[in-house]
Amino acid sequence: MTAAPERAGGGGLPAGGAMRVMGAETEYGIHAPSAPGANATMMSSRVVQAYAQVTRQRAAGGAETRWDYTDEEPLHDARGWTLERASAHPSQLTDQPPVLDAEAVALAYGREELELDGEDESGSLLMNMVLGNGARLYVDHAHPEYSSAEVTNPRDAVIWDAAGDLVALAAVRRLAADPELPPVNLYKNNTDNKSVSYGSHENYLMPRSVPFGDIVRGLTPFFVTRQIICGAGRVGLGQDSSTPGYQISQRADFFEAEVGLETTIRRPIINTRDEPHATADKYRRLHVIIGDANLSQSSNYLKFGTTAMVLSLIEAGLAPKVEVHEPVAALQTVSHDTSLTAKLRLLDGRRVTALDLQWIYHEAAAKLAQDTGVADAVDGDGHTHQVLERWAATLTQLDSDRNAAATSVEWLAKLSLLEGYRNRDNLAWGDARLGLVDLQWADIRPEKGLYYRFLARNRMQRIVDDGAIAAAMTEPPSDTRAFFRGRCISSFGKDVVGASWDSVIFDVPGYGRLQRVPTREPLRGTKALTGGLFARHRAAGPFLAELLGHNTAPPAA
Amino acid sequence: MAGQEQQKPQSHDSQVEDEIPEAPPAAPEAQASAATQGVDDLLDEIDGVLESNAEEFVRAFVQKGGQ
Repeated sequence: MTAAPERAGGGGLPAGGAMRVMGAETEYGIHAPSAPGANATMMSSRVVQAYAQVTRQRAAGGAETRWDYTDEEPLHDARGWTLERASAHPSQLTDQPPVLDAEAVALAYGREELELDGEDESGSLLMNMVLGNGARLYVDHAHPEYSSAEVTNPRDAVIWDAAGDLVALAAVRRLAADPELPPVNLYKNNTDNKSVSYGSHENYLMPRSVPFGDIVRGLTPFFVTRQIICGAGRVGLGQDSSTPGYQISQRADFFEAEVGLETTIRRPIINTRDEPHATADKYRRLHVIIGDANLSQSSNYLKFGTTAMVLSLIEAGLAPKVEVHEPVAALQTVSHDTSLTAKLRLLDGRRVTALDLQWIYHEAAAKLAQDTGVADAVDGDGHTHQVLERWAATLTQLDSDRNAAATSVEWLAKLSLLEGYRNRDNLAWGDARLGLVDLQWADIRPEKGLYYRFLARNRMQRIVDDGAIAAAMTEPPSDTRAFFRGRCISSFGKDVVGASWDSVIFDVPGYGRLQRVPTREPLRGTKALTGGLFARHRAAGPFLAELLGHNTAPPAA
Repeated sequence: MAGQEQQKPQSHDSQVEDEIPEAPPAAPEAQASAATQGVDDLLDEIDGVLESNAEEFVRAFVQKGGQ
């Protein structure tokens, strides 16, 4: 964790570079090979349940808690209006209560499937957990989802996102050991190659004062092209993979709009969901839905680091003045061009490659970072220098040394394996074995997942060590409010009845009613501010008394 | 379904759940050089890891909608 110099006002982090409050969400593909017809929502709920059993063993009193839905506002549009509930697609109503009942299953699948499924499990399966590492583990539609704790930099984003893969793995192991239930596989990917896609989202905190139109203009050309460094690769072209071939991105073919509120239908390059999960007049939470789920640490690191830097450019009013003609089509053109030579038309008439556009952004980001001082190797913010270096090195390798790039860029690493099979066994792109390699690349079990086989052979670079990822399964980041949330769960789990991104709710004997501790400032509630409080108290009552007693605004809020 | 998974559905013992993937971190330079070698060796290893009935396994991987 860096010792970031505190700034008065603003976000409190050094501005102009790669530091920013951010977090990752991963929806896992879920499959039980021995029970192919099993209800996906039920299976996802079992995953959450299984992890609850794991954490119950770990922490006396239980480390799981309910999600508090008070501040969920999935229909708020960043462009300044709110969608009527009645006109929303049911899948947009993400603020509904967490209980998986017959109604919820019917909503997701229709009555018929509910009756066909026939299992008597529709009472109240656990759908939601808040973890001691500050994350949320829950059932989102028909997938288990892990939403990482808020972190302040791309390196920690990689660590706490990868920790989610270990959480998912622990649940898979638990289910595999249960003789009553079919084993469940989880895949960190984004499509079943049969027309269905599920997301891995990024969240970035921004000042609300930045006009949304600037965000759209500044980000769109970047999002059209960043896949060349952070695409995860996909066998098959088209939403249903009906055209044989290989493409850079898992997600590109599923995007149909430039800007919009939806995440499950008519997916937009820029998503306008406006739930800040923080003080709403100061911040917006930019919800990015276009990314691929990354196993490659370097691709994941650059995905967060470069995007954070482009947001810094937009905030400074210094985003490159480029506009891509027909961005949705351009997104797919880039994804389908593994040679990286396709030219995109800009509105000013220029024709540039995806690499050219990435260099344009890199140059602008490097200049801003230099001007603000955050990129200094010694006196900088401790992150921006490394992001710029790795970004440049990756772009250079993509242009001139693909073998080197394949040790860090996920789509190229996967392609190298697929090409190996194609050459050895003379396989066409439509061969099922190549489809299996694509799928099994993302199996989160290290003995089965092909990414992990690459990692074990050092064919892919590590940029964080395994111990840091393992520790992040249980430890929250120390420099955001996630520290407060996570420590409340791990220290006082049995007294916490609910938690969300911006609150922790206690039910403690001696207090007449529930105590809701708001955590609306993402950079408060840190170890520096609340570590002593946790060290001083073993019981929730005295802890709350000190937290709430000193003044009306508790230290964590 | 004839994948390797089903042939021994309940053979996992409870010890595996504590297993965390581990390998010593290697220097980036060493990592890069390893990548260019041993493609045949790699494919042999992956052959042994792949689910046994590719066509069936891929066809059965059907997901419900997501975000």
